[in-house]
Amino acid sequence: MIPKTVGGPAEALDGVKDGMTLMLGGFGLCGIPENAIAELVRLGVKDLTCISNNAGVDDFGLGLLLQKHQIKKMISSYVGENDEFERQMLSGELEVELTPQGTLAEKCRAAQAGFPAFYTPAGFGTEVAEGKETREFNGKMYVLEYAYKADFSFVKAWKGDEAGNLIFKGTARNFNPCMCGAAKITVAEVEELLPAGSLDPNEIHIPGIFVQRIFKGEKYEKRIEQRTVRTRN
Amino acid sequence: MLDKNGIAKRIAKEVRDGFYVNLGIGIPTLVANFVRSDIHVEFQSENGVLGMGPFPFEGEEDADIINAGKQTITTLPGASFFDSALSFSMIRGQHVDLTILGAMEVAENGDIANWKIPGKMVKGMGGAMDLVASAENIIVAMTHTNKAGESKLLKRCTLPLTGVGCVKKIVTNLAVLEVVEGGFKLLERAPGVSVETIAEATEGNLIIEGDIPEMVI
Repeated sequence: MIPKTVGGPAEALDGVKDGMTLMLGGFGLCGIPENAIAELVRLGVKDLTCISNNAGVDDFGLGLLLQKHQIKKMISSYVGENDEFERQMLSGELEVELTPQGTLAEKCRAAQAGFPAFYTPAGFGTEVAEGKETREFNGKMYVLEYAYKADFSFVKAWKGDEAGNLIFKGTARNFNPCMCGAAKITVAEVEELLPAGSLDPNEIHIPGIFVQRIFKGEKYEKRIEQRTVRTRN
Repeated sequence: MLDKNGIAKRIAKEVRDGFYVNLGIGIPTLVANFVRSDIHVEFQSENGVLGMGPFPFEGEEDADIINAGKQTITTLPGASFFDSALSFSMIRGQHVDLTILGAMEVAENGDIANWKIPGKMVKGMGGAMDLVASAENIIVAMTHTNKAGESKLLKRCTLPLTGVGCVKKIVTNLAVLEVVEGGFKLLERAPGVSVETIAEATEGNLIIEGDIPEMVI
């Protein structure tokens, strides 16, 4: 067993500097690395490029970093539900690269898997493909997309062990597994941190080899964006 | 003329036994409410769930179980969770049988625009570009005209495209149409709606062959 446990967010984020490119897991506010984001706010690092499917809401998730003007460039597939984001984007303070969701996931996975680039049909014939190499395979057109290059990857899992093995819960899994091992250093935060041997190897979603640092998040707010329910008859 | 539920009801008839279906946000989400109960269908949501069920009962919502619209949901027996790359492997790899999504504009060559209004609204494409570029079977659910009364079925899209030549079928509040060589082929009229009304509301070339039946919903 190679131990990956670090004391907490401060140690986990050691080495994060201005101008770095960060990957952050989560879909909307579901499965976001809440504790790493709080630490990024505390550190006050700026000029960040953030790769994350969404940009949080005004007062939570990556919205907290936007409030403090710590993000220079955002790479996302969907950025609605965030007024401050829209304001910064329209005023030109924030650079935004909108990427189809499946392409974003695959650009992470390609980095994880050691592929420099891949062809995808998504975005062909649209402004997303402008200036990009295209190629025909079996009569269909594809766009060449490159793997991301990032300094840190911040992911959130449900359970993890000291060896860095991870298990995710529900749809909080989303981009988190694809971002593990896709940056130079992957930092995983978990709700439950267990001794090695506590997790059944058959049930591990991400092996510890993809994770350099793991810590137990102090608390999780897990804010719900759209609380939809039905009533009992 | 159909309301949103009417459009969803008509589209539900296109869902066949054994289909894996991806539903977009808005009217498409409603389709799940009208699928026949005697067939086996699984709903996929691109954030990473197959086998989506109805909204949870009050007090049972789980922040870790949502759909692509960020709504709290439940799962049905046989459901599974997976990561975003695998989710789009299902979509890009054409394992999903039917994609139902909304649109701002559709052109007679099958082009679709639904993610951006320059200078006004830029929320992003989410998974829409992957879905339309990959799916074999795409149904667009939308109103026939926009709030200004202008046709959304055009010769050419005016808004930034989401995908090219990909839409096969459109169900609106007025009609069911198929995208064929040369334009929109009118298949069915909504109850009480005349062919003339549909023609007036369609800017793109409308192909009318023989008597056009009224929808059965």
